[in-house]
Amino acid sequence: MTDGDRRRLVHLSLASGVAVAAALMLVFFYAPRDADQGVIQKIFYIHVPMAIVALGGFIAAAALAVQYLRTGDRRWDVRSYVTIHLSLVVAVVVLMTGSIWARASWGHWWVWNEPTLVSFLIMFLLYCTYQPMRFAIEDAERQARYASVFAILAGAFVPLNFLAVRLAQAYTHPRVLGPTGGSMPGAMRLTFAACLGAVVLLYVTLWSLELTAKDAAARLRRARRQPPGLVTS
Amino acid sequence: MQAGSYVAAAYLVFVAAVVAYLTILGMRLSRTHRELRMLEHHEDDRRR
Repeated sequence: MTDGDRRRLVHLSLASGVAVAAALMLVFFYAPRDADQGVIQKIFYIHVPMAIVALGGFIAAAALAVQYLRTGDRRWDVRSYVTIHLSLVVAVVVLMTGSIWARASWGHWWVWNEPTLVSFLIMFLLYCTYQPMRFAIEDAERQARYASVFAILAGAFVPLNFLAVRLAQAYTHPRVLGPTGGSMPGAMRLTFAACLGAVVLLYVTLWSLELTAKDAAARLRRARRQPPGLVTS
Repeated sequence: MQAGSYVAAAYLVFVAAVVAYLTILGMRLSRTHRELRMLEHHEDDRRR
């Protein structure tokens, strides 16, 4: 890692820290209380941006996997892998915050006949199979190729799934964004935009840090494999 | 449980996840850098 990379990471980390702090301040001290849901609506400021980022991450991982298959450069595969890994972590938070909101609003932790919830869970479980599948393959090149094919197929499923759920009639899950629902007043819209920006920035920061860790681990593996007398960092 | 407690729980989950992720990442990075430095020291000792 060069000094320039290190500086960029520090700046990114500081920017995301400030953005998250500012977003939380807006949520708790600026955004008005929702007339219908009351204070529990504030959960949406973290739940919805994280859901958008998780789904966007899965689609981005597919695009990165396409790049790997086109170029054969392993760096694209590592980027795709890190993107899926991080999106899975974000998806866990989405499921947990969603469940907490559901319990507060509907009185149930989970509702099985709600298409938005079940489709997100199916997608999450689909991506949970990515890592076992990937690491079940020993040959590095085959592993990267099969993982890329998985990332592309699963990534194509994400927008299809999203559209199918949007078209479903029988939903009780609120729509925060869309032509028929979620007409937020200005203060709520600003807070939501700030939260989305903060979560995107945080995701990019964690993604960059994770890539740095992967790069360092790869350098260590290479150094261990090298015969004595050739070790360089 | 009151509505405020649910909101606090949701944001706590978010903060806990970020802190846990950063802690695990930091531990992994420092271990890797430590092992890399050790390898370099061994290499320097071997050369002397």
